Amino acid sequence: MRNIKRSFLAMHNLLQASRCPRCPCVLSSSAQRLFSTCASSPKVCIVGGGPAGFYTAQHLLRARSDVVVDIYERLPVPFGLVRFGVAPDHPEVKNVINTFTQTAQHERCSFYGNVSVGTDVGVEELKKAYHAVVLSYGAEGNRPMGVPGENLAGVFSARDFVGWYNGLPSNKELCPDLSCDTAVVLGQGNVALDVARILLSPLDFLKKTDITQQALESLRASRVRRVLIVGRRGPLQIACTIKEVREMINLPETKADMLPGDFEGIAEALKDLPRPRKRLTELMLKTVKVDEGRQKANKQWGFRFLRSALEVLPDADGKKVTGIRLAVNTLEGSGEEARALPTGQTQDLECGLLISSIGYKSLPIDPSVPFDSRTSTVPNEMGRVSHTGGLYCSGWVKRGPTGVIATTMNDSFETARVLLKDVDSGTLDVSVNKAGAQEITGLLKSRGVRPVSFSEWEKINSEEMRRGEALGKPREKVLDVREMLEVAWSSS
Amino acid sequence: MALRVCVRPLIFSNRVRVWGETLGLRNVIRPFSRHHALLSNSSPGSKVLLHFINQSGAKTSVTATEGESLLDIVINKNLQIDGFGACEGTLACSTCHLIFDESVYERLEPMADEEMDMLDLAYGLTKTSRLGCQVIVAPWMNGMTVRVPQGIKDQRVTQEAKNKQ
Repeated sequence: MRNIKRSFLAMHNLLQASRCPRCPCVLSSSAQRLFSTCASSPKVCIVGGGPAGFYTAQHLLRARSDVVVDIYERLPVPFGLVRFGVAPDHPEVKNVINTFTQTAQHERCSFYGNVSVGTDVGVEELKKAYHAVVLSYGAEGNRPMGVPGENLAGVFSARDFVGWYNGLPSNKELCPDLSCDTAVVLGQGNVALDVARILLSPLDFLKKTDITQQALESLRASRVRRVLIVGRRGPLQIACTIKEVREMINLPETKADMLPGDFEGIAEALKDLPRPRKRLTELMLKTVKVDEGRQKANKQWGFRFLRSALEVLPDADGKKVTGIRLAVNTLEGSGEEARALPTGQTQDLECGLLISSIGYKSLPIDPSVPFDSRTSTVPNEMGRVSHTGGLYCSGWVKRGPTGVIATTMNDSFETARVLLKDVDSGTLDVSVNKAGAQEITGLLKSRGVRPVSFSEWEKINSEEMRRGEALGKPREKVLDVREMLEVAWSSS
Repeated sequence: MALRVCVRPLIFSNRVRVWGETLGLRNVIRPFSRHHALLSNSSPGSKVLLHFINQSGAKTSVTATEGESLLDIVINKNLQIDGFGACEGTLACSTCHLIFDESVYERLEPMADEEMDMLDLAYGLTKTSRLGCQVIVAPWMNGMTVRVPQGIKDQRVTQEAKNKQ
């Protein structure tokens, strides 16, 4: 009884400490978390602590001075693909982390890492505890190649390969064998080019990035000298963006190995193209010409067009990849919509490493959430999940796994705007008080799940930067979830 | 929500440091070398009045200092353009995309390939688009109006529009 009285007094003090100018109830975050009684403050839960989640939170917090946002993330560490997807040699892109950190430190925002929605807590439970739930959990699956031999040793999905050099805990034991001369990357998007660039970049350059030390050591021993980047359509349909192609061209001691025949008739098509496509094509054309004369290079990269995977070819033991059989395609139609049709001819490429980079795909999170298995997205209208009140989505789970960070930013802002519009119009009822994180953390505790707070993540962050400094790198990532938790919960 | 007060981490990036210096220098030199005295009745560091029209069409006028980038101004003057300058001026995104009047656009410093590479990924790209982080305020810009492109409602529509360009 005395304890209850004491805590009541503490709450009373908090109440006195700060009052919200807009409503008579308390808005100090600590008090709010204790009480959660402010009927006019909408409580929003975001599932996934990547860019989509943080940009959605940012817009919600900025647009309204009363909304409370909690971000739940499966890993103990935040930032999703900014940490685990963006290439280590693109530190500029990771500057978005500064803004995300400000969002996480906002007094009306909380981060709960180490909580797996769908396992530790259900979406229905979140919906009960919050006025709105935003699904921003990204695309954790792969589109499979769907050809024989896909599971041979030496065949990896780009997601796993990228996760490996970027320190994703689930990929830390990938140990790719880089003792071959030629690697083939299937797919011609920016992820494919990231993989090719990392395979061919000088070690002196990579060692100053936050690439994991174990990946750096593997790359140091790598004998890969040639990377072929294979696409099912032609140069005018290539999916990567110009910055990434320019980076390939500028790789030191590396020359482009293109097939001039692939570019026949392309110059004539230039004039009708929109500027981005036109500039990208012009750059590739220039590369075909310039690099024909460039001799001093011991490494090569090249695009191979109009080819689709038919079969991964095994070695004599049937265990390891030795090559890939490709269907030779022709295009039906033109422009962005052109379709690749097989001609019936095939071509074999030798390779000891095959990386499939043909796209990510979202997976269903909970049986209660609608999911379109054809598009691998949550069906929605501008972020409002179809036929389900109080449920929203943003990022890749909303529109599919494409686009640059600005795409995800705009799309997350759109979801936040739609959500707030629903609050204003009354479509989303926020008149009933919801317990928010108080209810969920209680549930988690009863299930033996201890969340990692943002300040606990900052301990991991400091530790990683300390380890990086010792190696002359901006950061050395902790690769093991258990170790992350130890650092997060250490008393120091 | 508190905005960043300062966008200086760009000095950590080699490429952009080079950029910032070259662009910055050119602009400091400019009033004395390339422009008519009447247009540049100012010493380095002079004040320049700029007008921003945000996504919803509202106009904000600010007094900027010569040598600042337009990204610096949006951040330092708290212009509240959500998501502006995500990469903090390192030419790694297109979120500081701004649209200029044609007469102003033609007088801006020429665009480098790297800026155009990023701009090509911007929403609502126009013929007079630039990245705010690469445009450095000069005295001749006094009275200039720049527009923030409108937020895009439906990306498929944008993509179609892009394809038709």
